[in-house]
Amino acid sequence: MTERTLKDKTAIVGIATTDLARDSGRTEYSLACEAVKLAVEDAGLEMADVDGIVKDISDGIDPMYLQKAVGIDNAQYCSDSHWGTSAIMTGVTAIAAGICNAVVYYRCLNGGSGRRAGNDFRAAREMKDEGLDLIRYDFYSPFGLLTPDGLAAMTVRRYLHEHGIEAEEVGWIPAVASEYAARNPDAIFFDEPIGLDDYADSTMRVDPLRELDCAPGVDGGLAVVLTSAERAKGLRHTPAVVMGVAQGTSTEGELLSNFTRPDISALPEIRLMGDELFRVAGIDRSDVDVAQLDDRYAPYVAMQLEELGFCESGSGVAFCEKGERLRVDGELPVNTGGGFLGGGFTYGLNVIEGVRQIRGTSASQVDGAEISLVVSGAGGPADGMILRRA
Amino acid sequence: MTTQADSEAPVIPHPALWAVLYRSSTPFWEAVGRHELTLQRCSDCKTWRMPPRPMCPRCQSAESEWVPVSGRGTIHSWVTYPESPHPAFEAPYAVILVELDEGPRLVSNPVGIAPDELEIGMPVEVVFEDVSDDFALYKFQRAG
Repeated sequence: MTERTLKDKTAIVGIATTDLARDSGRTEYSLACEAVKLAVEDAGLEMADVDGIVKDISDGIDPMYLQKAVGIDNAQYCSDSHWGTSAIMTGVTAIAAGICNAVVYYRCLNGGSGRRAGNDFRAAREMKDEGLDLIRYDFYSPFGLLTPDGLAAMTVRRYLHEHGIEAEEVGWIPAVASEYAARNPDAIFFDEPIGLDDYADSTMRVDPLRELDCAPGVDGGLAVVLTSAERAKGLRHTPAVVMGVAQGTSTEGELLSNFTRPDISALPEIRLMGDELFRVAGIDRSDVDVAQLDDRYAPYVAMQLEELGFCESGSGVAFCEKGERLRVDGELPVNTGGGFLGGGFTYGLNVIEGVRQIRGTSASQVDGAEISLVVSGAGGPADGMILRRA
Repeated sequence: MTTQADSEAPVIPHPALWAVLYRSSTPFWEAVGRHELTLQRCSDCKTWRMPPRPMCPRCQSAESEWVPVSGRGTIHSWVTYPESPHPAFEAPYAVILVELDEGPRLVSNPVGIAPDELEIGMPVEVVFEDVSDDFALYKFQRAG
């Protein structure tokens, strides 16, 4: 057992998103710059205070170009990290190690008007040339398994089969997400909550996944500013102190497709990450006041609840039944900003909502929320963080 | 001379042809072209490597062999695309994940099985469909 060297050393002090839109007509470059500017302002810092830059490996904007536009002259730490929001762990580590003082994390996508998160096969072809996922192109594409939705659907069919779950029962997850999204002006995909009937009527995208199971693409940028917990005390907002950060990856892990491991309907990377996360944070599952899980695909919320230890294996869908536990006054309020289903698929959006819950500024505020869990990367490299009110 | 820039639309190769470019799986696809299903196995500890890779994740041996398999197995999971994301595939079409009797799993398409007949656990066997003179796809029909 390693020492808990990162616990309570750092805090998230700035958060921002650009407008999130279906079709912004904007470049990812401009979205990234705007988000970083707004997050640094939100923290009450100057751009000159920023000396570290971290981002997801899949984000298209190189820190060098970001710096060129926003004006960061003295960065002494830049790093790409492994998918999801694991770059935030990199920033936490760098600050705790004394390498830098203030780190900005950014994420920008124009999935709404541009490439739809891998669902455009021409975009997929471009990815192949970058060598990101050879297995998919060797063994899946020749048979028409061309889209992330298809990969997820293969896993979900097996999950439903193994636990004897009717596909319609999953509908409570998008239904609750739609309730939260309808209350959150930033989440553009539901003006009104949907019900189980709407879910049952939803078009099949890739059977057994329906349109309402799949987070839509969105245009937007977001950024998060981290600094030491000590320095955070004098800044503008209530700091979201980082109690723990963790990652999990494994031999047969891929991005969504994990067809070669013994149990394809499990998320062992989430379990690995989650166990470590609760250990380093030094809290129990029951201490979590509010959780933001990865709902790029609705059934993966149920799977995460199991792998994170909030319920038994196979009972995640039952945990979500009628939505009672997931709502703001429930046992474990989940995806209180509407999630990726309501806000669009952009990793990091769940971090913004997790911090808002700590600040008390969520559109669906959980009363007295002290401890906030954020998880990304279900079905691939997993990462997570536990934040607490300072 | 015609360049790609001259043409109106970009040339989009059939996704099956994307596969031939990768060295780890070249022996696999060459065998499929001869209507043989062979999988990579560690020469030392005999662990299957599917997908193929340059090292055994169990014993770290770099040695491997290509071993014929029965081509028989069961449907482990399946999906159907009601709309096609690529002109090479006519919707609706199904994609299956077959667990071979030897253990490894392969993504493929069903032959002669309607989507509403597909079932997890259904026994299937391999058939080959030629795409070109030396390139074929492996698909699965109900086991006889």
